[in-house]
Amino acid sequence: MGNIKLMQGNEACAEGALAAGVRFFGGYPITPSTEIAESMAVMLPKVGGTFIQMEDEIAGIAVVLGASLAGKKVLTATSGPGFSLKQELIGYAAIAEIPLVIANVQRLGPSTGQPTSPAQGDVMQARWGTHGDHPMIALSPWTVKESFEVAVKAVNYAERFRTPVIILLDEIVGHLREKVELPDAKDIEIYPRRRPDCSREQGYEPYRPAADLVPNVADFGTGNRIHVTGLVHDETGFPSGSPKVTEESIRRLHQKIEIVQDEITHYDEFFMEDAEYAVVSYGGTARTAYAAVLEARNKGIKVGMVRLMTIWPFADKIVKKVANQVKAILVPELNYGQLVNEVERAAGGKAKVKLLAKYNTEIFTPNEICTAIEDLTAEVAD
Amino acid sequence: MRSYDKYFRENRLPHMWCPGCGNGIVMKAIVQAIEAKNLDQDKTVIVSGIGCSSRASGYMNFDTLHTAHGRAIPFATGIKLANPELNVIVITGDGDCTAIGGNHFIHGARRNVDLTVILFNNNIYGMTGGQASPLTPLGKKATTAPYGSVDRPFDPCHLAEAAGATYVARSTAYHVKHLSDMIFQGMGNKGFSFIEAITQCPIAYGRKNKLGDAPEMLKWMSETAVMKAAYDKLPEEKREGKFPIGVFYNSEFTEYTTAYQKVIDLAGGAR
Repeated sequence: MGNIKLMQGNEACAEGALAAGVRFFGGYPITPSTEIAESMAVMLPKVGGTFIQMEDEIAGIAVVLGASLAGKKVLTATSGPGFSLKQELIGYAAIAEIPLVIANVQRLGPSTGQPTSPAQGDVMQARWGTHGDHPMIALSPWTVKESFEVAVKAVNYAERFRTPVIILLDEIVGHLREKVELPDAKDIEIYPRRRPDCSREQGYEPYRPAADLVPNVADFGTGNRIHVTGLVHDETGFPSGSPKVTEESIRRLHQKIEIVQDEITHYDEFFMEDAEYAVVSYGGTARTAYAAVLEARNKGIKVGMVRLMTIWPFADKIVKKVANQVKAILVPELNYGQLVNEVERAAGGKAKVKLLAKYNTEIFTPNEICTAIEDLTAEVAD
Repeated sequence: MRSYDKYFRENRLPHMWCPGCGNGIVMKAIVQAIEAKNLDQDKTVIVSGIGCSSRASGYMNFDTLHTAHGRAIPFATGIKLANPELNVIVITGDGDCTAIGGNHFIHGARRNVDLTVILFNNNIYGMTGGQASPLTPLGKKATTAPYGSVDRPFDPCHLAEAAGATYVARSTAYHVKHLSDMIFQGMGNKGFSFIEAITQCPIAYGRKNKLGDAPEMLKWMSETAVMKAAYDKLPEEKREGKFPIGVFYNSEFTEYTTAYQKVIDLAGGAR
């Protein structure tokens, strides 16, 4: 029983990033994510790292991309309005293949909306916010402890796949305080950044993909004289207008994530063995959903639950499996209906999919979700 | 073989700039300053934004970063802070630096990060075909100012100084040796150094404003630019139509990575 702390989801996110090797944070203050920046401002210089508060959200992501190219593992944090501004350079990180982690602590929008109120309104923005076709990895924790673990995973995935990874927190988990036992440093698996496997003289090309389709891009200052651009480029890193190069590079960006989709899809199943109904939930809402499922079980309803940690790429396989098993799926979300469309698509008509939406600054109560489960059983029976 | 050839990626040349464009002259002035300063080629990073001038990074034989529009300075800030031993040079244009990147420009200067920022000022958005920039002079025509610009331009040197840059200078594509020297001196300043390089765009700006071809535009620079010392002595009425070149400002202030090292020391950390 080593390192037991009472901490907030936002603080756990910062601690996890630090444990995974993040040594550079840049960002701009925004509620309800600010504690991540504040924690980093205190902790980073203690380990020789760098914290910088930038002039705006775009500079906050630009500065960490520069630091990442110079060899540091990096994090930036924001919330809805800032997440909108950061979209420009999330696309840059995707095409230039720069390791980057963005924590987005969701609040209610659009625009300034309800700054201190919980919502899960950025699910689709996380996937499609930046222009053009690109892959996306987004992970959503449901406990403070998992906020730490997700931060570690996010940093490792960003480094391993050289792609932006989004930690899709929400105000509920971000500001929740729970008892957490932090793992010892030796028990935390860290993915070290890969280096070029040959020299410039031996024909090193910074954007030549390795077997896993991820290139070994050299850090600046290591004598490789590489060129990095947001233009479509070939294996040399220099721009190319060729249709063939363009098609191949966009395809490879997607495929490097597609080939590991099973490995990076994380979820929990509860009471699914005999389930005739299911709740699919994520983030802070999943906590309420879990209580509601217990309540419904006590009332004799055979309901199970799938809690998604990996939001993107979407967990098609498990949702398909669940749809083949149950009569109906309930999707409670603190938005007007976002991930429910993905659930419906993956279910492919095999089970009825129903949305329970809430977007009034309040979180769900277990009763609300339990009633929705009961209503759903009645609807199916009709 | 010229001594500075090694600083170019010959397989990426010829460049994509229009005939008569001054960007190549400014790029050469930069590498001559690098040569004179004897910067380690493997420890020097060139960072650029988006626009005609920002394509220079691709031709230069260093670690080079062609960022997004306006964002070169915060990317460069991240590189310098992550690895203070690197020499970080920023290439930007008038639209890139003073319009979409204006906020980053003033805050980069405010922090006094050790960057050498060279603004290629051709008074126009060239890449997109000749739209007005914040440095298009009053009354001059552009495709988006067909009746002449009514938007008052910045003086980017005044702006840099007011925002906290510790070295501020201007030169032109005509005064190549002087320009290279201004850049050289900027590289010697430990802090945010800003050099405005006036350069000609005969195609998208000169033609529209009947300024003649490239030699005529260069001739205009030679006739209207006045060394700062001489300009300062000119009576007000003789300054009309002239502009000063030279070092405008040079001061000492703690450089950012040095200041942040003190934060690390206070926190008890070690790099």
